[in-house]
Amino acid sequence: MRLLGLFRRPPPSAQVAKERLRILVAQERTARGGPDYLPLLRRELLKVIRKYVNIDPEAVHIRFDRAEGHEVLELSVALPGK
Amino acid sequence: MTEIIVVTSGKGGVGKTTTAASIGCGLARRGKRVAVIDFDIGLRNLDLIMGCERRVVYDFVNVIHGECTLKQALIRDKRLESLYVLAASQTRDKDALTPEGVQRILEELAADGFDFILCDSPAGIEKGAHLAMYFADRAIVVVNPEVSSVRDSDRILGLLASKTRRAENGNGGVREHLLLTRYSPRRVATGEMMSVGDVKEILGLEVVGVIPESNEVLTASNAGTPVILNEESVVSLAYQDAVARLLGDTVPLRFIEEPKKGFLARLFGG
Repeated sequence: MRLLGLFRRPPPSAQVAKERLRILVAQERTARGGPDYLPLLRRELLKVIRKYVNIDPEAVHIRFDRAEGHEVLELSVALPGK
Repeated sequence: MTEIIVVTSGKGGVGKTTTAASIGCGLARRGKRVAVIDFDIGLRNLDLIMGCERRVVYDFVNVIHGECTLKQALIRDKRLESLYVLAASQTRDKDALTPEGVQRILEELAADGFDFILCDSPAGIEKGAHLAMYFADRAIVVVNPEVSSVRDSDRILGLLASKTRRAENGNGGVREHLLLTRYSPRRVATGEMMSVGDVKEILGLEVVGVIPESNEVLTASNAGTPVILNEESVVSLAYQDAVARLLGDTVPLRFIEEPKKGFLARLFGG
């Protein structure tokens, strides 16, 4: 096992950087253009939901979409499996 | 037609002023009439990089306040006669710049027949950075191949897409160009640094230039000579290529791969 480990190199740091940025930039771009209160709304919702169910901070997703003439606030919460 | 180009980045220290100075020189060398404006109110630096710090009498804020004419404040470059610098004020008053004042100066420069106005943005996303980009037609986003610089530049892209005159008027928005600085082909080859392709993919921008990491940049700023004027350096060639691309030429990217070592060099580790 240890011998195998010797041959398995960790991924180059540049690749790690690229992956982290790809996720982060995508996340920040979806939040962009939406109302300024979204991050606060997300935090407060998280707080309320956590009174009842213990969920992960990452489990609350908020999407804000603007279509012709109307705006949609989409909220999804992934509950922990039993 | 006057084109207003903002040189911006979000993060500090990535090479905005170096880039503004060199691109300004490069455009002037191609026969364009160019004004480079330092928007970093309180932290004037463009004059030092351009080597005209002792000739600053009036600055940007003086012109806005009507304490002198624009002509009096514009410093003509000693090397290139179609290149002018407008220095930042050293006042600590954050409100010294007003949108109306900035607009008036830009319009006056346009009426005076300038081909390009380069706005050297301060770091950050505060008022100075906002005003530097607000009236721009194009943006050069200066990025180091490093996580915080890439993330900050994406913030700037968001602002360019929403908080600019072109975005507000809905006439096509600001044209954005990516300029990578401090690029080390050797570290890219060993997987320690993100490549041009990586950064381009993350930000989704067209690349206008890749400037290799080099000691020449410090040497040039020590001397007050924009690095593009140091003909022997690859940095100069890389900036000249970027200028050509800005002017619409098709120029392949250079200096993005490590030069192949010859057999003897490899043998002797040269």
